[in-house]
Amino acid sequence: MVIIEIKNLTYTYPGASKPSIDDVSIKIEKGEFVLITGPSGCGKTTLCRTFNGLVPHFYQGELKGEISVSGIETLQHHTYEMAKHVGLVFQNPENQLFALSIEKDVAFGLENNGVPREEMRRKVDWALNQTGIYDIRERSPHEISGGQQQRVAIASVLAMQPEIIVLDEPTSFLDPLSAEKIFEVIYRLNKEQGITVVLVEHRLDLTAKYTDHLIVMDKGKVRFEGDPRQILSSEETRLMGVGIPKATLLFQMLKKNGFNLAEKTPLSSEELANQLLEALSPK
Amino acid sequence: MIEAENVRYSYPNKVEALKGVSITIQDGEFVAIMGQNGAGKSTLVKHFNGLLKPARGTVRVNGAETTKCSVAALSRNVGFVFQNPDHQLFSETVEEEIGFALKNFGFKTEIIEERITWALNLLSLTEYRKTSPFLLSGGERKRVALASVLAWDPQTLILDEPTIGQDHEQKEKLRQFILQLQTQKKTVVTVTHDVEFVAECNPRVVLMKEGKIMADGEGKKILTDPALLEMSSIVLPQIAQVFAKLSILGLPKDIIDLYEAKDILMKTRERSRS
Repeated sequence: MVIIEIKNLTYTYPGASKPSIDDVSIKIEKGEFVLITGPSGCGKTTLCRTFNGLVPHFYQGELKGEISVSGIETLQHHTYEMAKHVGLVFQNPENQLFALSIEKDVAFGLENNGVPREEMRRKVDWALNQTGIYDIRERSPHEISGGQQQRVAIASVLAMQPEIIVLDEPTSFLDPLSAEKIFEVIYRLNKEQGITVVLVEHRLDLTAKYTDHLIVMDKGKVRFEGDPRQILSSEETRLMGVGIPKATLLFQMLKKNGFNLAEKTPLSSEELANQLLEALSPK
Repeated sequence: MIEAENVRYSYPNKVEALKGVSITIQDGEFVAIMGQNGAGKSTLVKHFNGLLKPARGTVRVNGAETTKCSVAALSRNVGFVFQNPDHQLFSETVEEEIGFALKNFGFKTEIIEERITWALNLLSLTEYRKTSPFLLSGGERKRVALASVLAWDPQTLILDEPTIGQDHEQKEKLRQFILQLQTQKKTVVTVTHDVEFVAECNPRVVLMKEGKIMADGEGKKILTDPALLEMSSIVLPQIAQVFAKLSILGLPKDIIDLYEAKDILMKTRERSRS
């Protein structure tokens, strides 16, 4: 089932001389883990802002085309109506947190929607548990680490039980281990809860292994879309300036030099190491 | 040269962010300061241009104690690019942003013009010369902040998380530029979580944890030490991860460079065939 469908979308910010999104059409299936990447300024963040109607309702500007998310035409609905269906998590969690306790932050969206107390309690606890911050729920979001703050931001979005979570470089301010843990939380939500995930990232070394649907954008257009193993092994993708995972690059260099490895292009160090062990171990 | 001796610093909320840090950075060095969130990395580098002054201990920049200098005087020599560009940008156009400090330092109009053009070109921002920085993407704003500091050509450059939001091509340009600065004996200190970027540059790496320095040495040695990295919430670079798993074949573990990795693996394959 298609959950996000964009048709011939072109969008220009107010005062900008050229469109940030230029005739883009994409389809995202329910339950997919989609990774969007591309050079800085390629339009990835703008595209994510269309999923809950921030573009164009908040940012204004000029928009042509159709956007349908969870069966709703976002152009005809308010951003707050979309919040039940799509949750957005940004780069810097500080910009998103404001309440006096973590719990209150996580409950905010539900309170706003007038959800009954019992149900709210249940949903908030579930979201806190899913993100592993239940034990610190009474602390202030401003006295915890950046990694924990990002978990609070994700929990706030989860509490609304959206069908889609959109994360725009959610770990760029975090240390690598905290980043990895966040990606694992997201991956688990995708696999176990069936939540559709749209992740915007430059750092494919950390994230390529989670995706089954890769979208590469450049200059406002979708340049490649589909199987990450195929896209990341193409020379064209590398020349566009996409950061190919080192394990994938090493695999290609070895193959080019006549090293006989399996057909499947690796996306992570584990996958490559296993292929190499297989090839190099004494028979 | 930057010399910090037994520096201690507490924020007004009583959190002791630095608990006795000593480090010397020579002219022309490239140092990456790494460690988990809250380890004191940003607090330490803010001492290098006098934004923060030590509560105890001393910080000397080119021999002068920072407690006896103003930030304005220090910043001519020590340029600081913040983690979040929005803490730094305020002008109406990219061009004005880059020209601002140059004007303040009293450069001549022709020189200002020349430096703006140079910096715009270096950071692929020429087409945005007359654009408001706030219309740009996160990655582009980050480059405007960098351009505005590079423009006045400080002896020491402090980059707090310079690769956030940057694509591979921009990172590669940044790496090339840092190498070029080193040939001019300029000092570059960066705070970063980006292990792959550090692995590509192989600078001196300083690991911090809970307000102290835990390890200090060649990038290649530190980034391939799993126990040390785990204590600092850092994961091994991808190439090092591959070699950690291959060590049962008797291959070296301290590999972070793609080309070195390829050569070793090709040789191992030759040997296993013969």
